[in-house]
Amino acid sequence: MSELTELTISEAARLLRLHSISASELVTAHVKRIEEVDPLVKAYLRFTPELWEQQADEADEKLKRGEGGPLTGIPVAIKDVLCVKGVETTAGSQILRGFRPPYTGTAVSRLFEAGAVMLGVTNCDEFAMGSSTENSGYFPTHNPWDLDRVPGGSSGGSAAAVAAGEAMISLGTDTGGSIRQPAAVCGVVGMKPTYGRVSRYGLIAFASSLDQIGPFARSVEDASLVLEAMAGHDPLDATSADRPNDVRRDFDKGVKGMRLGVPYEYTQVEGMERGVADAIDAAIKTLEKAGAEIVEVNLPHTDYGLAAYYIIAPAECSSNLARFDGVKYGMSVQDVDNITEMYMRTRREGFGTEVRRRIMLGTYALSSGYYDAYYLKAQKVRTLIKRDFDDAFSKCDAIVSATSPVVAFPIGSRTENPLSMYLCDVLTLGGNLAGLPGISVPCGMSQGLPVGLQVLAPQWREDVALRVARAYEVASGVRAEVASPLSPQGRG
Amino acid sequence: MSWNVVIGMEIHVQPRTRTKMFCGCAVGQLGDPPNSNVCEVCLGMPGVLPVINKAAVEACLKTALALNCEIPIHTKFDRKNYMYPDLPKGYQISQYDLPMSVNGYLEVRGRKVRIRRVHLEEDTGKLIHAGDKLNKAWESFVDLNRAGVPLMEIVSEPDIRGADEARDYAQELRTLLRTIGASEAEMEKGQLRCEPNISIRRYESDDLGIKTELKNINSFRALHRAIEFEIKRQIQVVESGGTVVQETRGWSESEQRTFSQRSKEFAEDYRYFPEPDLPPLQLDRVWIEDLRRELPELPGSRRARLVAEYGLPVADAALIAADRDLADLFEAAAKASGDNKRTANWVIGEVAPSGRLPSPIHLAEVVTLVGTGKITRDQGREVLAESMRDGASPAEIVATRGLAQVSDPAAVRATVEAVLADNPKAVADYRAGRVRVIDFLAAQIIKRAPQVDRALANELLKELLR
Repeated sequence: MSELTELTISEAARLLRLHSISASELVTAHVKRIEEVDPLVKAYLRFTPELWEQQADEADEKLKRGEGGPLTGIPVAIKDVLCVKGVETTAGSQILRGFRPPYTGTAVSRLFEAGAVMLGVTNCDEFAMGSSTENSGYFPTHNPWDLDRVPGGSSGGSAAAVAAGEAMISLGTDTGGSIRQPAAVCGVVGMKPTYGRVSRYGLIAFASSLDQIGPFARSVEDASLVLEAMAGHDPLDATSADRPNDVRRDFDKGVKGMRLGVPYEYTQVEGMERGVADAIDAAIKTLEKAGAEIVEVNLPHTDYGLAAYYIIAPAECSSNLARFDGVKYGMSVQDVDNITEMYMRTRREGFGTEVRRRIMLGTYALSSGYYDAYYLKAQKVRTLIKRDFDDAFSKCDAIVSATSPVVAFPIGSRTENPLSMYLCDVLTLGGNLAGLPGISVPCGMSQGLPVGLQVLAPQWREDVALRVARAYEVASGVRAEVASPLSPQGRG
Repeated sequence: MSWNVVIGMEIHVQPRTRTKMFCGCAVGQLGDPPNSNVCEVCLGMPGVLPVINKAAVEACLKTALALNCEIPIHTKFDRKNYMYPDLPKGYQISQYDLPMSVNGYLEVRGRKVRIRRVHLEEDTGKLIHAGDKLNKAWESFVDLNRAGVPLMEIVSEPDIRGADEARDYAQELRTLLRTIGASEAEMEKGQLRCEPNISIRRYESDDLGIKTELKNINSFRALHRAIEFEIKRQIQVVESGGTVVQETRGWSESEQRTFSQRSKEFAEDYRYFPEPDLPPLQLDRVWIEDLRRELPELPGSRRARLVAEYGLPVADAALIAADRDLADLFEAAAKASGDNKRTANWVIGEVAPSGRLPSPIHLAEVVTLVGTGKITRDQGREVLAESMRDGASPAEIVATRGLAQVSDPAAVRATVEAVLADNPKAVADYRAGRVRVIDFLAAQIIKRAPQVDRALANELLKELLR
């Protein structure tokens, strides 16, 4: 039954509708695959057998009655930052060890209502801060293509689970590239929607003005189906927009006549690997052959994006993480003399190094006397970056570039130097600062490791990003393969 | 040495809303079991988001309009960051540099007290310690029922010149809030909390002194006393060669004094920044104009009108205008009865203490029945009560119960004569100089004939005893 773990949603949905397989069988196949490969990949933090049994039964009931939609019975893995009622949710942090939310967030609820079956909770960098999943408060996750390498991050567990056939689809969150970058280095499709497209209610906040929930999948179509199911206004999130859910409009129309922009600055970033650059050039040629017009565009403030991002995101996180104080839930150091000592010890012992670093950075940036020089200045840079994109989109329909300047790097190779880690996000975080939709699709290999092509579109134009990504998928014939971590080189 | 007193007031008011500021929890009441009005949002659970309560915004805008404030086009919420166990998120959602409204005033006994701003924020929870203060307690409990309850903060300029004016300002504000329906403003229920900032300066000097802020004030009386105490204390400190320390001081009701709570020498850095979970508000100008149009007549103008139009004494007008329902009742009943003075007396003396509202037509009937001597005042009170109970008109009640007063001089004289005949000893005592016996005789008359016209009976009694 192992081929059941290599299906896309539409393939599985057809089999389910024809009753060739049941939702329970689909789950069983995935559980078997997890048992085989997860001890090596370590994509999951926890499993939810009670949920998958109940949800698979419910899906089978529906399918028997001829009801259900494209996601009915589809096994999904959920990043450890999305609250699911009664399921331990820790944001990859020891400080939340044992925390079981009393509610389920909106995006996950919508997937459940659409009939998805939850397999478990996936590993991530602590509070989604990182680009390698090495900052997890539990253990690192391994890239299924090469177990000595990272799966990217922060949603590394969700990316690795889909890449290794341990889930058909998964959810991640993207604050500076945390869906697109792991998708790229794990060879799967990953999408960050427009800020406000998917409700953040139930997402344990890292940086509220940048965070978005999005899907991982093995095809652009699968990603679009998951996004469509989650998208739409939520009265519980004041920043979620009330707009038509048209993300799959024009999905299969191809790129003929479209104008695609290649930002000059994105080709010149520090540390861009030759192999990645070559794969991207080839992908752009493929799109051109498929009928797109390729134009060069400029994003002149790209160099300042990283600096602005590393002020704004830590500033918001320093405030968002203040609630983890040992008073209400999670870890609480009790052998203390007073409340101040309880705060300090709980937070010192509960948070990891990177989280503490960012809390300190953000606290400093917001402090009186520094606010104008850092936070306010960073917000102005953010406005300039938005303007850069507005200008660029006046010359093209979508922007294409590499998702990550590098392929998956060896575990431990960048942990000593946080700046080298931050550089992993240099091509993705502009999309977060400007609130744009972006998608990463597999576009070949470099050094035997996957490379991702990023497509960025104007705000609310997920349809454009999906259309271009889909056209590339069709034209190139590159399909997200399931990695085989059981064999030495990753490819089975 | 002469001193001027400078007071600015920060008043927190709980607007009248069904639910909390950013979630659907009931605002609840004093005495609800701890942590019974809470949900994941006001508990500050991971992953939750705030949503603005429109009713709170509306109450704040009405208050701002009634206080003659400007309402800027753009407003937003900000996070005020500090850690304390009664603050579940580790920050309070408040408004910093773009408040809902600015630059208004409230007229207090003919003087304008300028209002700097009125903004919205959320309340914190409550700590209960077993032991002393937080850092010395052996056990502390957190009750988050109040966490997230909406608050309007009304900040005045330092225009208030003493304890009397501070109390008048607070009372005038309460009257205003109740009149426009923005808050019940019950001080005892914590719906209106006054924090005066007090400093003194030498007479004819323009330098502001160092101020102290007073907290824990639970009544208008306490407000007055706390300010009086604090002024005396500051004068004493300065006149004995010391300097006032900038600090927060609590008012102790049991000891009737203020005590130091928290030094403000090292100002806490709240690291305010715009709340990213709430988009900036662009208030709909049409909505604001609708709210402005819908405002009822405000207490100050009504007070003036009751004096000018109805000829009421200023004190009576103030009492009536302080309560919108009473004032509405008065105006309707006075128009129906045509007797402004008597109607005012009934409203102030009978209706206000009862806490219940009769129909204006019925009240007017009672005023007329008593005023023309048809029934006694005591009977009038009973008739009014009965008409409120079963809705019958006072005239009907008087007719069916045969209450009409006996005012025929011959009949009254017969009654008085009969009483005098029955009480020869009392009559003798009176004539011997014990004049207060007349009260006993008057009581005997009422006992014999309850419907007797008392004024007439008393007149005849005096005449016959002479």
